[in-house]
Formats: sequence, structure tokens, C-alpha cells
Amino acid sequence: MEMYRTEEKVISWLAEKAKKISGRNLLIAAPFIWICLFFICPCLILIKISFSESVIASPPYTSIIDWISGYMLQIRITLGNYMVLFTDEMYIRGFITSVLIAGTSTACCLIIGFPMAHAIARSSEKIRSILLMLVVLPFWTSFLIRVYAWIMLLSPCGFINSLLMKFHLIDAPLQLMNNSFAACIGIIYAYLPFMIFPLYSAIEKIDYSLIEAAYDLGGSPITAFFSIIVPLSAPGLYAGSALVFVPAIGEFVIPELLGGAQTLTIGRLVWNEFFGNMSWPTAASLSIVLLIFVVFPIVFTQKRREIKLLSKD
Amino acid sequence: MRFKWSNFILFLGYLFLYFPLICIVIFSFNESRFVASWTRFSLKWYRELLSDPIILRATYTSLKVASLSATVSVILGTMAAIIITRFPRFSGKTIFVGAIAAPLVMPEVIMGLSLLMLFVGMEKIFGWPSENGTTTITIAHITLTLSYVTMLVQARLHDLDRTLEEAALDLGASPLKVFFVITLPMISPAIILGWLLAFALSLDDVVIASFVAGPGATTLPMIVFSSLRFGISPEINALATILMTVLSIGVIISAVLIYKKKI
Repeated sequence: MEMYRTEEKVISWLAEKAKKISGRNLLIAAPFIWICLFFICPCLILIKISFSESVIASPPYTSIIDWISGYMLQIRITLGNYMVLFTDEMYIRGFITSVLIAGTSTACCLIIGFPMAHAIARSSEKIRSILLMLVVLPFWTSFLIRVYAWIMLLSPCGFINSLLMKFHLIDAPLQLMNNSFAACIGIIYAYLPFMIFPLYSAIEKIDYSLIEAAYDLGGSPITAFFSIIVPLSAPGLYAGSALVFVPAIGEFVIPELLGGAQTLTIGRLVWNEFFGNMSWPTAASLSIVLLIFVVFPIVFTQKRREIKLLSKD
Repeated sequence: MRFKWSNFILFLGYLFLYFPLICIVIFSFNESRFVASWTRFSLKWYRELLSDPIILRATYTSLKVASLSATVSVILGTMAAIIITRFPRFSGKTIFVGAIAAPLVMPEVIMGLSLLMLFVGMEKIFGWPSENGTTTITIAHITLTLSYVTMLVQARLHDLDRTLEEAALDLGASPLKVFFVITLPMISPAIILGWLLAFALSLDDVVIASFVAGPGATTLPMIVFSSLRFGISPEINALATILMTVLSIGVIISAVLIYKKKI
């Protein structure tokens, strides 16, 4: 009788425990499975395909693991896709173009964004939230439309050229579009809010009595700016730059629509390899190289900086 | 003097942000096909746009994909945010947190490419998804927007006063009841904002959709993108104006709602 009771107790305790665990695990499982299946799995497949050979078949790549005549396991890893990337001039130039365009755009975003963020942070509290909302509002309108707006302004029969021609300032339309300049403008326009927001939140925290103190002690506005405002807004500066540079480097739509044929960025090369040449392995290896050499280092240093900052607070 | 200087900077900055968009709106009412000359006010391009069956079908597809993916993404994202903020460490939590946030920095081209490779592989093994229709776009968009939703809800959960939840638990409410009665109403602004953001992101995406969409499924951005390759088209002006109006009204309403709730 006694034994039966304890057994019952143990079973009911176990059942309760199991119920608790399964409810909890179910909650963890749903997003976890989703991310594993649709994010981690695709990345692994991407890595796998980057090591296979391109063939004319469907799907257009060879499998790297083969089971030959039932007993032999053959693993074939091709490094050719990566070798090509580091020897073929087209890909090297693609990387250089991407870095240059993303770098220039980030610098310009900083030059435009910093004074704006500063002005917003120093404006009266009432209009500050409205000013901030006005910065985000274009971000909510479609991305393609924002790119299209610049096509309309810059194209040979676009707004700027028509206006200049109308006032007889030029005879033939200027080539404003289809060059890296237009691609930069498009990127600056699309990603400026990402620069302004982190800068604003850093500048807003600056105690302005520090600057008054600098003036009282005889510092010029320029010294005050470089020795107080810039160092104190550095976290926002780094965060904003990363937020602009990382999406800009892999950007496809803007260079495709505004950059013309010669602005071949990595994003466009991946697209062309995939849709144009049907070369899945090359597209995959280009992606992996972009991630390993450009995106990961920036993201990791930025994360480290954030953690350092948090531990300081 | 100094104050005026900053006003001047703001004026230039907002001019840069808004002038291109205002141009689109103005020229959407121009009768002429060319931006060179303003002939007269007309709603011609709106009429043409609204009688284009291809654009209407694509709009329907886009809205369907966006609302479905935003809804699933909000549910999964809220679950993920709760796991991140409320659950004690478990094995694999760091990987989980990293993988949830990763699509934020992943270039779209790479995400589209890798997801397509997954779908092709799955089709070869399981025979699903065979037609690569809107299902694949929806799945891809859920994966893309999940990280944004998780970040928003997570930030809200992090700032939340936990004493209320703890009090309810102490008084004997089940964790599920605590979530629905206490936590959910308090994080609802973040969830609504997350849904809107996910919806807008899905409605906006052209790269990932182009990779994973099959021949049967065309979203609105895909049509806009292909017509932009041929330069200026007045129908796109009209479409852009409509989209901008709808989106800004939505954003303003939600901003006002959230602002009021805070007070």
C-alpha cells in the first residue's frame, strides 16, 4: 500500500514535470526550428555549394559527397570557385568598387547626418519628436520609390537636366546617372536615417555645460567641437557608420538601377552569376567571401564595442 | 545667430530628404509623359494604373504575402523575444540569439540566394515546395522580418516592470494566463509596430522575392523594379504617390496611438 502510494506520487510528479518542460520546450522550439530550417540550413547549403563544381544540369552543381557502388564514400571539394575570385580581375574590381562606393556613401552620410543630428538634438523638446519622425517617414515609403525618385531627378530626360536645358544653361543633357556618383547618392538617400538616429541619441546625451566650460576657458568653437562633441558622440558615430556601410556593401538594387553597366558591385556580381551565368557555385563562393571578409569583421567589432560600452556604464 | 545656422542645416537636410518625393507626387498629376514640361493637371496615370490587371494582381499577391508573413513573424518574434528576455540560460541560447539577429546584417542578395538553394534542395528531397509560388516568398519574408520584430518586442520586454508579472505568478496565475492578461497588453504597442514594420518590409522587398518566387508569383515590387530598368514611367509616379499616402497615414496613425498610450 505504502509503496503504491509513493509510486503514484513519483509518477504524478514526473507527469507534472514533463508537462512543464514540454510547454517550455515547445515555446523555445517554434522560433528555434524556424531559424534553424530557414536561416542556418540555407547558410550551410550555401557553404556546401560554394565547394562544388558548376555543371549544366538541374540543379547546376555537382554533389560533393558521393556514395559510389555501395561501399565507397567519395568527398570532392572544389576550391576552384574561390581561386577564381582571387585571380579574376572582374571580381577583384567588384570588391574594390563595392568598398569604395560604400565607404564614400558612409562618409557623405556622416557629413550630412552629423550636423542634422546635432541640430535636432539641440532643438527644443517640443519639436524634437516631430523632427525625428520626419527623418524616419521617408524610410517607411517604399525603398524602390526612393531609388526611383533619383532616377526621375538624374536621368538624361529627368528633372535636373530638363530644368537646366530650359534655362539654356546646357545644350546637351549631362550624364548624371549610370555612374558611381549616382549610386552613391542613392545609397546616401536610402540610408541617411540609419546614420542620423544613432548620432542623435549619442549627441543628445552630451552635457552642454561642458561646452560652455570650454568657451569660458577660452576654447574656440572648433576646439570645443573636436575635443568634446566628437569624442563624446563616438559611439553613435561608429554605430551609424556600421549601419550604413554594412547594407551598402551588399546593395544590389541601387547600383543596378542608378549605377549603370560599369558600377559592378559584389551584390550585382552575385545576381549576374546566378541569373545570368547560372553559375550557382560562383555566386555562393562570392557570397561567402563577402560575408567572411567584410560583413563579419564589421559586425563583430561593432558588437565588441557595444559590449565594452555597456560594461562601462 | 547660432540658432538660425542650425535651422538652415535642418532646412537643407529635410529638403534633401523630401524634395525627390515631392517631385514624384507633383509629376504623378502631370498629363505629359515627360518631366520636362508641365502640360496640365490630370488623373490619367492613376486611371491607367488602376485599370492595369497585371499591377492589380501583383498588388493583391503582395498584400497577401505581406499580411501573412507579418502575422506569423509577429507570433514567432514575440515567442523569440520572450525566450531571450525571460528564460534562463539554456544550451544553445547564444547561438539562438545570434541566429535571430543575423538576418539584420545579412545582405539581401545572399539571403535570397541561400533560401532559393534550400528550396531547390527541399524540392529534390521532399517534393515540396514544388511550384515555388507565394509560399516560398512568405517563408523568406518571415525569416527576414522575424529579426526586426524580435528586436522591437525584446526591447519593450526588457524595459517592462517585472513586478506585475511576478505578483500575478505569486497569486497563482499560470504562466500562460500571466502572459495573456498582463504581459501581452503591455507589449502590444511594440507588437503593433512590429507588425507594421514587418508588413512594410515585406511590401518593400524585391531582391529576396526575385530569387525565391516561381514563374507564377509576381509581387508588386518585382513589377516596379522591372519597369524602372527602362527609366521613368508616369504610372510608377501614380503608384508611388498612392503607396506613400497609405504608408504615411498608417505610420502617423500608429505614432499618434502609441504617443497617446504613453501619456
